[in-house]
Amino acid sequence: MSIRQSRNWFSPDYMVHKKTRKSGYGLHPLDDYLKKDRIPHIWCPGCGLGVVLSAYIRALKASGIPQDKTALVSGIGCTGRAAGYVNMDSFHMTHGRAIPFATGLKIGNPDVVTTVFSGDGDLFSIGGNHFIHAARRNVDFNVICVNNFNYGMTGGQAAPTTPMEVRTSTTPYGGFEQPFNLPSVAAGAGAVYVARWTTYHVEQLTKGIEEALHKDGFCFIEVLSPCPTGYGRKAGQKAGKDTMLYYRDKSRIEHGANPNDVSLDDKDEIIVGKFVDRHAPTFQEKRREVFQKARDMMGVK
Amino acid sequence: MGVKKEGTYFMGGNIACAEGAIMAGCSFFAGYPITPATEILERIANRFPELHGSYLQMEDELASMASIIGASWGGRKAMTATSGPGFSLMMENYGLALMTETPCVIVNVMRGGPSTGLPTMVAQGDVMQTRWGTHGDVGVIVLSPASPQEMFDLTIEAFNLSEKYRLPVILLSDEMVSHMTEKVVIPKKEDITIINRKKPECTPEEYLPYCPDEDLVPPMACVGEGYSIHVTGLTHDERGYPSIDEKVQNMLVTRLLDKVRNNAHDIIRYQEHMVEDADIIILAYGSASRSAREAVDMARKKGIKAGLIRPITIWPFPEDRISELAERAQAFVVAEINFGQMVYEVERCCRGCCPTYLIPRMGGSIHTPEEILDRIEKISKGGGQ
Ligand SMILES: Cc1ncc(C[n+]2csc(CCOP(=O)(O)OP(=O)(O)O)c2C)c(N)n1
Ligand code: SF4
Ligand SMILES: [Mg+2]
Repeated sequence: MSIRQSRNWFSPDYMVHKKTRKSGYGLHPLDDYLKKDRIPHIWCPGCGLGVVLSAYIRALKASGIPQDKTALVSGIGCTGRAAGYVNMDSFHMTHGRAIPFATGLKIGNPDVVTTVFSGDGDLFSIGGNHFIHAARRNVDFNVICVNNFNYGMTGGQAAPTTPMEVRTSTTPYGGFEQPFNLPSVAAGAGAVYVARWTTYHVEQLTKGIEEALHKDGFCFIEVLSPCPTGYGRKAGQKAGKDTMLYYRDKSRIEHGANPNDVSLDDKDEIIVGKFVDRHAPTFQEKRREVFQKARDMMGVK
Repeated sequence: MGVKKEGTYFMGGNIACAEGAIMAGCSFFAGYPITPATEILERIANRFPELHGSYLQMEDELASMASIIGASWGGRKAMTATSGPGFSLMMENYGLALMTETPCVIVNVMRGGPSTGLPTMVAQGDVMQTRWGTHGDVGVIVLSPASPQEMFDLTIEAFNLSEKYRLPVILLSDEMVSHMTEKVVIPKKEDITIINRKKPECTPEEYLPYCPDEDLVPPMACVGEGYSIHVTGLTHDERGYPSIDEKVQNMLVTRLLDKVRNNAHDIIRYQEHMVEDADIIILAYGSASRSAREAVDMARKKGIKAGLIRPITIWPFPEDRISELAERAQAFVVAEINFGQMVYEVERCCRGCCPTYLIPRMGGSIHTPEEILDRIEKISKGGGQ
């Protein structure tokens, strides 16, 4: 028998999975927003990712935007796994390409409120070029960047966000590259909304995401988040709780701070808050205007 | 400017390609300028405002490819166009589109390589890249146009096949075909077959996004349609959920390959010229096939029974037909503008029934009919090497 005939696609054997609803579904107020049959998740104890994802879900719920008119797009990494857990249209892209995918998705179907949810390495190393160009274009979607200062998924290597001198598995004697100050990159590239919070600032973060969901244009929120497994151990924050206490003790809220002044170089202070909230016509609005003029010139509708 | 109605035009290959895309219903195009494909971007950028389409000039080809996948999940027919250096960058998300079964069209206008190579000159060096350029086992569809008319027709065909079988389809042109201006007949819209992707007919609760119908193609729900889809480049089960189960990998990848293999009879297209009684059969595609056809006619005038087979789908390769012809031909001769790529496929399909010869060319120009004829004559006298 040739390989072509070897498989009967319609044998019961083929159906590995049927859609199942687990008992107990719906008991938690956010259950409707999670794919229950995908839980438990893969995230480590003490990881901040669950905090950020639930902040997103609560913001979405509060925003009143229908669940089937929202999309979550992720790249690759621990953070990138978020897309797999939400009960809505969700896309898990290649490493670094969440933003250009989201650009096509949003322009393809402008009715869908689109959010990119990905890691610092994904968005600012391999995907850095896409980030600055999407901000420049002011395409109407939101980017939530979970910054855990390292590549968590691959085992704690240095990222473009890792502070100087910190040891990681690829900077065993301490890092010596200047890290990005993400709010400054975002604001400089043209983002209309720029904020930074930590997993300690759950309420502010949730409110910030809700604002971004309602705001037109390219909105960026950086969330500092513990990664006890990949980063914390070597950075002197063994447990997720240690990092949370660090955020509590060192953070200072300063809305409207100049994004250029909020770098994390000074380890004794983390400036958080909403730094930029301005209006600029979106890619879609500008394009509509230019295309309308073109059509008027051509005499077509 | 613009082709607003059916008729006969004097048109460049790249322009015909853009017009074909528009005719097929393409409403999203993302690209990055590169010779010799740029005219496709420019034509689309010119034409899309009146058609309410979305043209995006992306920051690079990684982004072009990723954004057409996004647009396709946004419910659009989407396309990009590039040449070798950009095509290499697209390999990453070409694989993603194959894995996630995303309909879209990629035009690669081949120029001389490797690397930056000969930006303005013809070559056919990307044939194997279209087959094996992305990592993993893949089943692919690649079409090879040989004239501006086919740039129009096969672009429509590429969209139809991509929608029907839910995969990215490559239109593999070359600089010569893309920059050639010739007669192009644009038929009436009603006379053109347009295929659109299958949509789910069941409720969201019943929908299994990666459970195929009998043709091995699953119906496709897009974003915002209420089906709560999950799309991932990871190995996934029928629900679209990632899995590290060997069984799931085996079923998914086998189906992706079978989707093309089992439907090969519907996908494969080729054109033959005087092969029925031919002793020596030339196989050529794209611009090289034009010289080859001329060479066949010249050989016939000299009393040599030569013939031409021109694969239009180069992947899947018309292997059954080649095997059949090899049983009665005396020799197969492959003329391609590279140092031997498709010739190995032909050799494989000939299964030792007849010898296979290559007329290579490094790129920069196409074969002359005379040089192909010369080889045919030598082979017919028993000295092909
Ligand atoms: C093209 C490519 N290169 C490398 C990898 C391996 N890889 C997987 S996740 C990752 C880093 C992710 O880091 P980040 O975005 O910060 O996410 P985190 O795991 O920290 O949440 C890398 C390098 C990959 N999947 N694809
Ligand atoms: S490695 Fe770090 S980021 Fe990844 S799940 Fe564990 S704690 Fe979270
Ligand atoms: Mg990280």
